[in-house]
Amino acid sequence: MLDSISKRILEEVADLHTVPEGAYNIRVNGKSDSRNTTANIDITSKTDVSGIDIRIKDGTKKESVHIPVVLSQSGLKEVVYNDFYIGENCDVTIVAGCGIDNCGNQDSQHDGVHRFFIGRNSHIKYVEKHYGQGDGDGKRILNPVTELTLEEGASAELEMVQIKGVDSTDRKTYAKLGAGARLVVRERLMTHGDQYAVSYYEVSLDGEGSSADVVSRSVARDKSFQKFDSKIIGNTVCNGHTECDAIIMDDARILAVPGLEANSLEAALIHEAAIGKIAGEQLMKLMTLGLTEAEAEERIINGFLK
Amino acid sequence: MLELKNLTFTVEDEDGSRRDILSDVSLTIEDGRFIVVTGPNGSGKSTLAKLIMGIEKPTSGRIFFDGEDITEMSVTDRARLGISFAFQQPVRFKGITVLDLLRIASGRELSVSEACGYLSAVGLCAKDYIRRETNASLSGGEIKRIEIATVLARSTRLAVFDEPEAGIDLWSFQNLTHEFTKLRENMNGSIMIISHQERILDIADEIILLTDKGIARRGTKDEIMPEILGTSAAVNMCTGNQSFAGVIR
Repeated sequence: MLDSISKRILEEVADLHTVPEGAYNIRVNGKSDSRNTTANIDITSKTDVSGIDIRIKDGTKKESVHIPVVLSQSGLKEVVYNDFYIGENCDVTIVAGCGIDNCGNQDSQHDGVHRFFIGRNSHIKYVEKHYGQGDGDGKRILNPVTELTLEEGASAELEMVQIKGVDSTDRKTYAKLGAGARLVVRERLMTHGDQYAVSYYEVSLDGEGSSADVVSRSVARDKSFQKFDSKIIGNTVCNGHTECDAIIMDDARILAVPGLEANSLEAALIHEAAIGKIAGEQLMKLMTLGLTEAEAEERIINGFLK
Repeated sequence: MLELKNLTFTVEDEDGSRRDILSDVSLTIEDGRFIVVTGPNGSGKSTLAKLIMGIEKPTSGRIFFDGEDITEMSVTDRARLGISFAFQQPVRFKGITVLDLLRIASGRELSVSEACGYLSAVGLCAKDYIRRETNASLSGGEIKRIEIATVLARSTRLAVFDEPEAGIDLWSFQNLTHEFTKLRENMNGSIMIISHQERILDIADEIILLTDKGIARRGTKDEIMPEILGTSAAVNMCTGNQSFAGVIR
């Protein structure tokens, strides 16, 4: 039975107000709290390590899988392995958020290792939201690893969001794309206080006509630190684009390391990186519309991270 | 009613010398007037507009709005009091849509159809724009129209437009002039436009000619235009020895 803290966290990370429709596995404090499977989507627990296997049948369309994780027990540290086997010609949405409530003085940590095997001509939308709350001195730590293998004609759209409350994140994302496969990543990050967030991407465009678009928008406030390290490797006729667009505030620090590696004459790769403070004229414009400076700043950040 | 009393705005040049952009300018604008301020480049027109909105603070002099001294008032408070401002170079925002901006401007949750009404008024096909971000993907003319639409949505008692023609092609500008004519008919307040455009001068109740020596003349179009065209500044414009960009016909 979910308590009020868990419910609140589930709302934050998975927009869940009640039990989700379709397949789901809700993990609370290191254990599976509840699970549902459908005719097309099966979820089974791993026997060798902690985690689950999610198997989606060929041709599954318009279905969703929710696998949110809640940690509300201070001091709990776990590594969880979740593998997704997605058949051919599927179109599914996967929502995998993690929220930590830490009211104690011991660090709480969830390291989720997600592997996706996406079959021919399948499309997935993957949403991963991270959230932390609680007044304790113990840190809230999330270190996700995401590995994607996209077969011919497959596509994946990743939405990675971390807006509040996570003290330390070391995110690693690896992708290998087959012929005609496409990867789109939209990362949104806001750090505050003394938070630390590193995001590393390594995308390998192996198949002819594959493409990747990896874009991060972030805001660093207070004394927080962010590093965006994105590498796209073009091994054949392919298109790759990576972009980091960051707003820096207060005493924050941001490091952008866009990387491109072309191993083929036909690889077309682009990187863009911009870091800057909120422009004075943007604040001024919104103030001429009647907002205070603080309200204007809030609107600009909310819009930027929307 | 807006009253400017003995406004001076001084800047310090790189060599440390001080230079007056505006010197001892006094001006009163009654309610319900459509005023165009014109004059040579460097005469301080845009500075005057910014002083009224509070974007710049005068070195000396006072500004009164409906009898209240607003000289020390912030931009936000002036906006809330009923002054709006259209920037010469409109600002762009990533992630803030046209609808968001119009809602901020109006101060309420405008319905989509109300917001579309403001966009149509500035000649934009509303449904194409309402959800678009006000970012670099919009052309100069588009962002300028949206800027003007935000001022319409505010519906304040004083609207100041800083060179609305800047950055707009002539074809678009003809339509925009039409919008200002409508604005004049519908707006329940005063309008002050900084402009070089004769079409804008044409629809003004009154024209104020500002030069580097302050307000040189104030009067109707018929009174002022011959004077503008007869000035040495206009002659300089023709010979290319230019200090006055001149009136664009």
